[in-house]
Amino acid sequence: MTDTSHIRNFAIIAHIDHGKSTLADRLIQLCGGLTQREMKAQVLDSMEIERERGITIKAQAVRLTYPAQDGRTYTLNLIDTPGHVDFSYEVSRSLAACEGSLLLVDASQGVEAQTLANVYLALDANHEIVPVLNKVDLPAAEPERVKEQIEDVIGLDASEAVIISAKSGEGVADVLEALVKRLPPPQGDATAPLKALLVDSWYDAYLGVITLVRVVDGTLKRGMRTRMMGNGAVHDVEKVGVFTPKMTDMASLGPGEIGFITASIKSVADCKVGDTITEDRRPATEALPGFKPSVPVVFCGLFPVDAAAYEDLRDSLAKLALNDSSFGYEAETSAALGFGFRCGFLGLLHLEIVQERLTREFDLDLIATAPSVVYRVALTKGATIELHNPADMPDPMRIAGIEEPWIKATILVPDQHLGAILKLCEDRRGEQIDLTYAGSRAMVTYHLPLNEVVFDFYDRLKSVSRGYASFDYQIEEYRAGDLVKVSILVNAEPVDSLSIIVHRAKAEARGRVLCERLKELIPRQMFKIAIQAAIGGKVIARETISALRKDVTAKCYGGDVSRKRKLLDKQKKGKKRMRQVGNVEIPQSAFLAALRMGDD
Amino acid sequence: MSAPAPAATSQLQTAPGAGFGIYVHWPFCRAKCPYCDFNSHVRETVDHARWRRALLAELDHYAVGTNDQPVTSIFFGGGTPSLMAPETVAAVIERIAHHWPLADDLEITLEANPTSVEAAGFAAFRAAGITRVSLGVQALDDAALSFLGRQHSAHEALAAVDVARQHFSRWSFDMIYARPEQTVAAWTAELTRALAEGPAHLSLYQLTIEEGTVFHGAWRRGELATPGENRAADLFEATQDVLFAAGRPAYEISNHARPGEECRHNLTYWRYGDYVGVGPGAHGRLSLRGDAGTPRKVATRQHRAPEAWLAGVESNGHGSREHRDIETPERLTEMVMMGLRLRAGVERTAFRRELGAEPEDVLPATALRHLIEGGFLELDAKALRATDTGRQRLDALLARLLA
Repeated sequence: MTDTSHIRNFAIIAHIDHGKSTLADRLIQLCGGLTQREMKAQVLDSMEIERERGITIKAQAVRLTYPAQDGRTYTLNLIDTPGHVDFSYEVSRSLAACEGSLLLVDASQGVEAQTLANVYLALDANHEIVPVLNKVDLPAAEPERVKEQIEDVIGLDASEAVIISAKSGEGVADVLEALVKRLPPPQGDATAPLKALLVDSWYDAYLGVITLVRVVDGTLKRGMRTRMMGNGAVHDVEKVGVFTPKMTDMASLGPGEIGFITASIKSVADCKVGDTITEDRRPATEALPGFKPSVPVVFCGLFPVDAAAYEDLRDSLAKLALNDSSFGYEAETSAALGFGFRCGFLGLLHLEIVQERLTREFDLDLIATAPSVVYRVALTKGATIELHNPADMPDPMRIAGIEEPWIKATILVPDQHLGAILKLCEDRRGEQIDLTYAGSRAMVTYHLPLNEVVFDFYDRLKSVSRGYASFDYQIEEYRAGDLVKVSILVNAEPVDSLSIIVHRAKAEARGRVLCERLKELIPRQMFKIAIQAAIGGKVIARETISALRKDVTAKCYGGDVSRKRKLLDKQKKGKKRMRQVGNVEIPQSAFLAALRMGDD
Repeated sequence: MSAPAPAATSQLQTAPGAGFGIYVHWPFCRAKCPYCDFNSHVRETVDHARWRRALLAELDHYAVGTNDQPVTSIFFGGGTPSLMAPETVAAVIERIAHHWPLADDLEITLEANPTSVEAAGFAAFRAAGITRVSLGVQALDDAALSFLGRQHSAHEALAAVDVARQHFSRWSFDMIYARPEQTVAAWTAELTRALAEGPAHLSLYQLTIEEGTVFHGAWRRGELATPGENRAADLFEATQDVLFAAGRPAYEISNHARPGEECRHNLTYWRYGDYVGVGPGAHGRLSLRGDAGTPRKVATRQHRAPEAWLAGVESNGHGSREHRDIETPERLTEMVMMGLRLRAGVERTAFRRELGAEPEDVLPATALRHLIEGGFLELDAKALRATDTGRQRLDALLARLLA
């Protein structure tokens, strides 16, 4: 057990690409946590997808041993937090495990919206914040201007900001000194009943669920029987240890220490981020504040391209959920897409990551329906239902009113793109709350309906600002909205998986775009195809695909039998990827493209 | 792959209405036509005696086990079989008559190019036993003939037609339409000119761009444009109308004849009857009985390359590249795919014969219903038929019904 005065716990707050992982790698290297041979770029981002996209999905911790200039040796615990808005609750729990943060800003880019949101979370957690300006070796670096920006926008004193280049290593040692000198040591009573914050958990094929914890009070020992204060689950601790970043067993963890436990826990669902772990025999009277189970806000249907892969998809989802307690799914059936699952996510990035992992790690071909938010539908009979799937929308006659989630969005954008951003927000039913300037960058705050944001907002934002706008949001409230379900009909048969819920004012335009897209995507067939968009029984848009006039091989003799049959056999394989809607065969690619129509 | 001889089996007495044909492939041409993807080769010299021996040897090979049913047609195809020595043609017919019983109305067709040189040989072919010729006229417009790489003019072709008329009671010619820039009016005029020759049978093919041809390369490079779907459909429909009015309705997608003048050999293919295929690249379909008496349908295929085939025959007695059983689902596909090309469709008796089932039992119910309701298919007590509308879209129809 380490004396708390020799412990410093910290997180790094940074925008994507501002160099967080590189800095973490440098710190590990300087403290001798890994040999040169063991280092690979971005040690902490262990998932392939994390390393590739440069983002952190799961929180991880590393314990560094640092001999400081004052002659004493310190234990520095770094928690690498997820950097994305979708995981802001997870971020807040990681921050709650630390006393301070490094605010890492790219000296050539300046502060971004995401950084801002996380700095506010850190300030909420009473963090001591040390500004660090990275990439000062770049020709475009403007450390003085960025310092000013930090002071103007965030209101932090940046005069003692540490100036570094994580890439070259320049100034990184100063970061370690600043941590020791400027961050407060943790407080805690080693003799009090155990209180440990559950920071994260993940599934390991060999060890079962591994739980990352920060001990606040008391001592967490091997063999101890623990209790989760949230759900009362009891486990016997098998292993206690720390990451150096290699997993290293310890006898116990005391106040202020960050490490892991294993306790033959079968599912991460039992280890909710933010829960308090106490001792079963001598429980704490009060749990740590701020625990809330995560709630999915975005839903979509996932269907296997090949119906035979349904079981594979089910098993893969189960495996993913094992490692991600914020991800939920249930079986769903679609007339057009067959058997699949309705899945809930913390946000759009979370959705994208899960889809990508299913495709990549589990080798599945998927069709994802358009993302939908959770609507609250008040029925005329008095009950209120939560609607996750447009296909389940009750008959309009039975609906008394619909509410939709609204977000507060913060957007930082260079001056010259501000006009385009404002237009985009207005087009999406946005209400401006605030507009301020910091140097040549504008910071604009809007209230926006989430359903306008899940529909291609982020892509549009990036495109109208040439990639310079950064965006962050949080869910604010539910508001009544004039929302309707637009159904798509192909030869009068509804295609459930293409229905969408939109604001009445936008229904016609969206319906028309969908019909036009489908007209391009569905190949001509023997039958004429009518594609309609409708609200209830009222058609609001229509396109027609004319029937084939001629499609026949001119010549076919004895020798051609085998060749022609092979062609049909090939078509037979292709047919697995066709979906039958009435007498129309719709290639899956058409569904995919129609569902992705936000992309351009 | 070495193929066993079908010797251990005996032929089934099947397909009575479908006929039993023998196809003989002559793979040589004077020049390759730019649209043709048939198995044809240009050689400076051909050892006719050697090729004759080889064809006869392969006939001997296939006669074993298949010779208990009368031959209803023989077809010399190619390549350019009118370049064969008439003695070879005579020897082949003689050898077939030696091995197989011959039907009374045996049809023996030879494909011929309508050049003056070849026309000069028609008398000799007649003497060799040929009863019907099919001439590759292809167009009656010199610019079009030159575009198609043909070695004859329109005038020369018509002269060859005259010679054919003198020597053969049955004769037919082929034309290729839907050529680049060809209008419906121009094609109708050309067809009228062709009909004035009084052919009882005409094969009228829309130009298709086949892989591995000179045209394919030009088409890929954007140097050759075939008519779009609408013009192709207009041309096709005009063809049907003109030929129907002239008393030669389409009995198959591209084949038109006065009733009774249909090419019996090709009918055998489309009715999924049996045929022996000899010569390079020739295919066959044979109904055999296995050792245990089980009925089999066997697909045969000969080596495509002339020299490989020749070497095979000279060392093994046959140039077979493939000899395999066609399983039930393939049999259904092949029979329906070929049979629906015919106006007459696939008879229920054929379903019973090949599959021991009715069409309703073996075809997917939903697709069948959609296609019948859509007016593309008919199914009655006698047969499954594609309607005119259905035949014009047969590839899409088959993809629905069989894929």
